[in-house]
Amino acid sequence: MSDAAAHAIEHPTTTGIDSRKVAIWTLIGSECLLFASLISTYLVYKGKSLVGPLPHTESQCMLHGKMQACEPIFSIPLVTFGTAVLLFSSFFVVLALYGAQKGNRKMLITWLSATVVCGLFFIGMQVYEFSHFYHEGLGYTTNLFASTFYTLTGFHGSHVTVGVIWLATLLVMAIRGKLPAGKSLNLEIAALYWHFVDVVWIVIFPVVYLMR
Amino acid sequence: MATSVVDHAPASHHEPHTGIWSWITTVDHKRIGILYGVTAFIFFLLGGIEALIMRIQLMKPDNTFVSPELFNSLFTMHGTTMIFLGVMPLSAMFFNYFIPLQIGARDVAFPRLNAFSYWVFLLGGLFINFSFLINAAPNAGWFGYANLTSNQYSPGLNTDFWVLGLQILGVASMAAAINFFVTIVNMRAPGMKMLRMPMFVWMSFITQILLLLAFPVITIALVFLMMDRHFATHFFLPEGGGDPILWQHLFWIFGHPEVYILILPSFGIVSEILPVFSRKPLFGYTAMVFSGAFIAFLGFGVWSHHMFSTGMGPFADAFFSLSTMLIAVPTGVKIFNWIGTMWGGSLQLKTPMLFAIGMVAQFIVGGLSGVMHSVPPADLQQTDTYFIVAHFHYVLFGGAIFGLTAGAYYWFPKMFGRMLDDKMGKLHFWMMFLGFNITFFPMHFLGLNGMPRRVYTYPGDLNFEFWNQVQTWGSLLLGVSFLVFIYNMWKASRRPADAPADPWRGATLEWLIPSPPQEFNFADVPPVHSATPAWDLRRAGGGTLPEPQRVSGAGIHMPRPSYWPAVTAVGVLVTIGSILFTHAFSQWYFITLTGAAILIYGIYRWAYEPAF
Amino acid sequence: MDAHSHAQGGDHAHPTPGLYFKVALVLFVLTALEVLAYEVGHGRMGADLQRIVEPVVVMLLLVLSAAKFALVAMFYMHLKQDPKVLTNLFIWPLLLAATVIAAMIVIFSYWRVVGAK
Ligand SMILES: [Cu+2]
Repeated sequence: MSDAAAHAIEHPTTTGIDSRKVAIWTLIGSECLLFASLISTYLVYKGKSLVGPLPHTESQCMLHGKMQACEPIFSIPLVTFGTAVLLFSSFFVVLALYGAQKGNRKMLITWLSATVVCGLFFIGMQVYEFSHFYHEGLGYTTNLFASTFYTLTGFHGSHVTVGVIWLATLLVMAIRGKLPAGKSLNLEIAALYWHFVDVVWIVIFPVVYLMR
Repeated sequence: MATSVVDHAPASHHEPHTGIWSWITTVDHKRIGILYGVTAFIFFLLGGIEALIMRIQLMKPDNTFVSPELFNSLFTMHGTTMIFLGVMPLSAMFFNYFIPLQIGARDVAFPRLNAFSYWVFLLGGLFINFSFLINAAPNAGWFGYANLTSNQYSPGLNTDFWVLGLQILGVASMAAAINFFVTIVNMRAPGMKMLRMPMFVWMSFITQILLLLAFPVITIALVFLMMDRHFATHFFLPEGGGDPILWQHLFWIFGHPEVYILILPSFGIVSEILPVFSRKPLFGYTAMVFSGAFIAFLGFGVWSHHMFSTGMGPFADAFFSLSTMLIAVPTGVKIFNWIGTMWGGSLQLKTPMLFAIGMVAQFIVGGLSGVMHSVPPADLQQTDTYFIVAHFHYVLFGGAIFGLTAGAYYWFPKMFGRMLDDKMGKLHFWMMFLGFNITFFPMHFLGLNGMPRRVYTYPGDLNFEFWNQVQTWGSLLLGVSFLVFIYNMWKASRRPADAPADPWRGATLEWLIPSPPQEFNFADVPPVHSATPAWDLRRAGGGTLPEPQRVSGAGIHMPRPSYWPAVTAVGVLVTIGSILFTHAFSQWYFITLTGAAILIYGIYRWAYEPAF
Repeated sequence: MDAHSHAQGGDHAHPTPGLYFKVALVLFVLTALEVLAYEVGHGRMGADLQRIVEPVVVMLLLVLSAAKFALVAMFYMHLKQDPKVLTNLFIWPLLLAATVIAAMIVIFSYWRVVGAK
C-alpha cells in the first residue's frame, strides 16, 4: 500500500501524539519499576556478602584455589570513561534525530553512526570489565555483591544491546534512503528508548560505583 | 474524520473470514476477545476441577483420596490458574471486546500486538499446564515463597515450570497492558473526555496502570529465583547470605496491586450494569473515578500486610496496617455509590443485575474480613488459616468472578447476537450464590478455630469434619451451576442470531451498533457529550432509538491479518520455556538460541510488514 | 507523520544543535564533579577536604545524578517542549520507583539499626 493511502486512513489521535510515541513512553514508565527492583536488591544486599572480592574495600577472597587478601575490585576511571561515552551517544542521537527531522540525510547518517559506535564501545567496556572482574575472582555466584551487580548491570547492558541493534537497523534504513523526514518518528521512538537506557546508567553510575 | 468516504449502503453479506487460519491471523480485537474468553474459560474450568478434587479430599478427616504431593500441586495450580489463566484473561476478554467499542474506536492502538498478547498467553498457559502430563506440576504455592522454591526443597522441574510459565504469561500481560493503556489514552471518540469515559473503561485504565507498574517487579523476582535454581546464585538462600524475606517483599510489591488487577475490571462491569438496570445514572461518577485511582495509588503502599508474621518490627507493622485500613475508605466510597445508584431506582432484576448485586454484597463481606487482618495482632491469629482462604475467595470469587459473570450475561448478546435465557440465568445465579456462600462462609469458622490452609488433611478429633463436609457439598453445587451456564450458552448458540442492538437500553456506545458488531465497529462514530451517550441519543429521539442497520462499510480500511504475532509468540515460548532444560541438558542451550532467532526474525518481519 | 505534529503544547521553540551541545557540556561537567566528589570524599585529596565532604558525599552524588537525569529527560527526551501527558507517563512511575527503593532500604535496615542500640 502506498504511503499516501496509508496517510488517508490514519486517524487523528485523542492527544495529538502518535500512538507509538505514547507506547514507548508507557514502556519507559514501566521499566522504571524493573530497574527499581534491581537497584533495591543491590542496595538491600550491600555489605551482606560473606566473602570477597568487594567493590570498594579490601577483603578475603578465594583466588587460584586459596583464600587470600583481595584489592577492591572497581576501576573508577574505566567506568567513568564508559559513562562519558554513553552520555555523548545521547547527544549524538539527538543530533541524528535533528538531521532526520530536517531531512538532512548526511547529518542523520553521520550522527546515527556515531551513536551506534558509542553504544558498541559501551558494550565493549562492559565485556572488558566483566571479564576483568572474573579474572580477579568475582564470578557470577561468588557472593551477593557479584550476583546483584552482574544482574543489575547485565540487565542494563542487555538494554544497551537491544538499543544498538534497533539504532543499527534504522541506520541501515537511513543509508538505503528509507528514513525520510516523514518517517523520523521511527528514529524519535528509538532515541527515546536510547535516552532512557542512558538515564538508567546516570542512576547506576553514582549509586553502584561511587557510593561506598 | 474519513467518514465521508464510508459506504452506507446496506451490507450484502458480512463476516467474510472463516476457518482456523483466519483465527490464527486475526488482528480484530473482537475475535481476539472471543479467543481470550474461550481459552480463559477452559482454564477456569480446569482450575475449578482442581478445587473440587481438593474439596473431595477434605470432605472427611485423614482422607486418602489424593496424596499429599498431589494436593500440593492442586492448590498451587488452582491459585496460579485462577489468577493468571482465569480471572486475568477473562478480564482481558472484556478489555479486548469492549474498550474499543465503549470509546468508539475501530480497533485497539496496536492490533498485531494484541494478537501477540493472546498467543503468548495461550502458549504460556499450555506450557505451565503441560507440567501435569509429565507429573511435575508446580507445588510450592502460587506465592512461591523462598526458600521452599530452592533446589534443595523443590528438586525436579515443578517450580521451574511455574517460574518460566509466569515469565511467559508476564510478557503477554505487559504487551496487552501497553496496548490497552495507549488505546484508552489515544483512541477515544471525539468529545469523550477522560471524565466522560464509561466506568468500565476507567477501571480498565487503572488496571493497565497497575499491570504496567507491578509486573516488572515480579519479572525481576522470578529472574532472581531462576538464577538461584539454574545458575547457583544465592538471592534468596541464607547459606550464601541471601534473605528469603526479600522474595516476599518483591512478590507482594507485585502481589497486592495484582489483587486490584483482578478486582477492578469487575468493579467497572458492575458500575456499568447497576445504572442500566436501575434506570438511573451512576451515583457519584467523579467520586467513583477518583476512588478507583486512589485505591490503585494506595495499593502500592500496603504490600507488607501479607508479611506481618515475618517480624518486620513495629514501625513497618504500624505503617502497613494503617495504609491498609486507609484503603478501605475509597473502597467504601465505591460500595456507597453502588448502593446510591440503586437507591430509588426502578430495579429490573434481570440476570446481569442479580450477579452485580451479588458481587456488591459478597465483596462487602470479603472487604470487611480484609480489614480484620489489617490489624497485625489479629492477623497473627488468622494468617495461614482458612480464615484467609475465606477472605480472598469472597473478594476474588464473590467479587471478581461474580462481576465477570454479570458482564458475561450483560454483553453476551452484543458479542454473539443472541440472548441468554433469563430463567436459566437466574437459576445459575441462585445456584452459584448459594453454592459459593455454603462453600466459603464456613471457612471463616474453621479458620478461627485454627484449621491451617495448604494442608492435605486433618485429624478427626479436631471437630473440623462437619463444616468441611458442608463446604464440599456447597462446592459441588457451585460446580454444577457452571454446567447450567454452559448449557445456557449452548442453547443460545442453537438459536438464530436475532438479538437487538440494545436489549438492555444501555448507556454506552457499544449499544448503538448491531449485535454482533461489524468488523469496523462504527460506520460513523457519534459525537460524545456526556458519560451516557446512548441515553443522550435516546432522549433526543423521544425515548426510542432506531435499530442500526448493517452497512457495507466499503472505504473503511481495517488492519491486515498477520501471522507474525503468532510466530513471534512461539519465539517467546521457546526462548523462555527452553531454560527448563538447563538443569539436565546444559548443552541444549541451542534450543534457547533457536527460540531467540525465531523471536528476532518474527519481530523484524512484523516491523516491516505494512499494518494496513 | 509530520515531525511537528506532536508539538501540540508547543509554546517553546524547538531546541537547536547548539543547545544540545551546551547540555552535553553540562552533563560532562556534572559527571566530572561526581567523580571529584567520590575522590575527595574518600581521601584522595587530603584528610581535611575529606572531613568536609565525606558526610555529604551521598547527598552530593544524588543531587548531581538527579540534575543529569533531569537534563537528559527535559532536553534530549524533549519533555520540556512535548505535551505534559508524556511527562506524567514518566514522572509518576519514577516517583513510585524511588519510593519503592527508599522503602526497601528502610525496611531492611530496621533491625540492623534498632538491634545496634
Ligand atoms: Cu494485599
